[in-house]
Amino acid sequence: MADTTPLVRLRGVSRDYGVDVPVRALRGVDLDVERGESVAVVGASGSGKTTLLNIIGCLDRPTSGGYWLDGVDVSGLSDRHRAGLRSQEIGFIFQSFHLLSYRSVLENVMLAETYGGGDPSGRVDRARDALRAVGLGDRPEALPTMLSGGQRQRVAIARAIVTRPRVLLCDEPTGNLDSTTTAGILELLSDLYDAGLTILVITHDRGVAAWAERSVHIVDGQIRGEP
Amino acid sequence: MSVTPTVRPRAADKPPVSSMSARDIVFESFAGMFARPGRMLLTVLGTTIGLAALVATLGLSRTAGQQIIGRFDELAATEITVTSLPAEEGRPSNDLPWDASRRVERLNGVVAAGTLTAVDVGGVLVSGSAVQDPLNRSAFKLPVEAASPGLFDTVRARVRTGRLIDGGHSLRADRVAVLGPNAAAQLGVTRIDGLRSISIGDDVFLVIGMLDSVQRKHDLLSSVIIPEGTARRLYHVSAPESVVAETEVGAASMLSRQLPLALRPDAPSGLKVASPEQPQRIRSGIESDLNLLFLMLGGVSLLVGAIGIANVTLVSVMERTGEIGLRRALGATRRQIATQFLLESATMGAVGGVLGASAGMLVVTGVAAYQTWTPVIDPLIPLLAPVVGGVTGLLAGLYPAVRAAGLEPVEALRAGT
Repeated sequence: MADTTPLVRLRGVSRDYGVDVPVRALRGVDLDVERGESVAVVGASGSGKTTLLNIIGCLDRPTSGGYWLDGVDVSGLSDRHRAGLRSQEIGFIFQSFHLLSYRSVLENVMLAETYGGGDPSGRVDRARDALRAVGLGDRPEALPTMLSGGQRQRVAIARAIVTRPRVLLCDEPTGNLDSTTTAGILELLSDLYDAGLTILVITHDRGVAAWAERSVHIVDGQIRGEP
Repeated sequence: MSVTPTVRPRAADKPPVSSMSARDIVFESFAGMFARPGRMLLTVLGTTIGLAALVATLGLSRTAGQQIIGRFDELAATEITVTSLPAEEGRPSNDLPWDASRRVERLNGVVAAGTLTAVDVGGVLVSGSAVQDPLNRSAFKLPVEAASPGLFDTVRARVRTGRLIDGGHSLRADRVAVLGPNAAAQLGVTRIDGLRSISIGDDVFLVIGMLDSVQRKHDLLSSVIIPEGTARRLYHVSAPESVVAETEVGAASMLSRQLPLALRPDAPSGLKVASPEQPQRIRSGIESDLNLLFLMLGGVSLLVGAIGIANVTLVSVMERTGEIGLRRALGATRRQIATQFLLESATMGAVGGVLGASAGMLVVTGVAAYQTWTPVIDPLIPLLAPVVGGVTGLLAGLYPAVRAAGLEPVEALRAGT
């Protein structure tokens, strides 16, 4: 029987910052993301979309509310389990790529498997496969500094998918790229989506939002439905 | 474009935990260190200098100490002094015989022997000038010692000018004197070529020589030394006060037992033998004093090295904030981050320890070669140096590692953007 539980389920999630003068970044967010779905979270700068992504990515904890990832209540998990989820079930793509400049492209991709505790024997082969999948199979030994912005983001995507995550979280993945390169990255994301990967994209770019199967709008920390 | 299967099959309801193999931790730490080779070398240099200083100071203290102790031992362990004990009531006196030197010299293992007696001159002053100048003091209360000719060899006396007392002087009871350098300076005697004389009370003595130095019985440097026979005749000395013998190395212990029998076979228990046992305590005292001093110096050097490591590791943590954020996003736990940074600092410390130990030993060997000393170093020191370096690195990296581990992934990622 097919699993009908949403892959990501948020209920009443709020996030406050600061103690003396608390700032509420998220206010009672409810959100479901189904398996194999691509969702764009669109909002202006400071609307709380990155905070939302951080909570879904187990990088941050909600001040209140509940979060279930693949049916598991994440809110009550220990740091070690949350780190385990990040290493094995969640893939991240950042606007500024976050590649280690002193490591080769191949090593940057392999780094993702370092904390998963998996079988290290096939790590190189899996990293090469991931690089081939993003069209960089011919430059495994290159340093990130030798690559263009689009190529760097492709390396970051290879790093994100090499662990075969359940969900891919993209924080402004094309924010630092020109329109041509953006199109290439979106094409690559489409391939991943077609292969069955659940993708959540945070963006303020309506073009990128249009790429997604579904878009939700976030304003002042609250989901406002379709933009 | 072909894309690999992306979704991992769900294993169980239990969420996974982050884990990192030891091999990966080591690999990541080394990669982190070699990311900036120049900085790594400078960091290692700090520990290297600290540990080189520590090893060198410990080695030099040991080498110098051994040198001092060696010389000390050579003199102390080969010296025996025999004196007579006061006789019990109603028993004959325990006086040393006048031929004590000859009796002792006959024994196997004795290098030289001589008698030494403090002469009671009745409190008279010693004067370096026949003319009494009321404005300038020219007469002093100086110790007068009677010595047999063999004593000078025994105390390894060096003559500055003139000659020493011989058997003829003693036999004839000649009124001659040898001055210690301090006594000569006090009496204003600088040369003896003009038949220089001194007076002990009303008795005039011809100065035949002046000492330059002695290696035993340093009181002689401030004394007026006259022949034994002269002391007997002029000051009625009844018996020698002490016999000093220099023995061959290793013979002192046995000779300590033989000497009383050779000197007074009739009453050996009436003599007191000062054998070189006491110097053992002095020797360990010197060694521990030197070690403490140099350990303190080395400790300070090491502390400086540790502060260097701590500083560089802290700067490294701050510079690598973005990397820490990325690693946390990829599933690293706080403990794994801390372990990586600790391993980096400990490794740099240990490498510094190896290099420092090598450099320190080179310094010890170089100094010893220059001074023609025998280099002495505890074999444990070069072996322990990398451990000390590693522990130093570990301690120095503790705060930066805790700080790295304490970074929130979101903030670290933001800071590293």
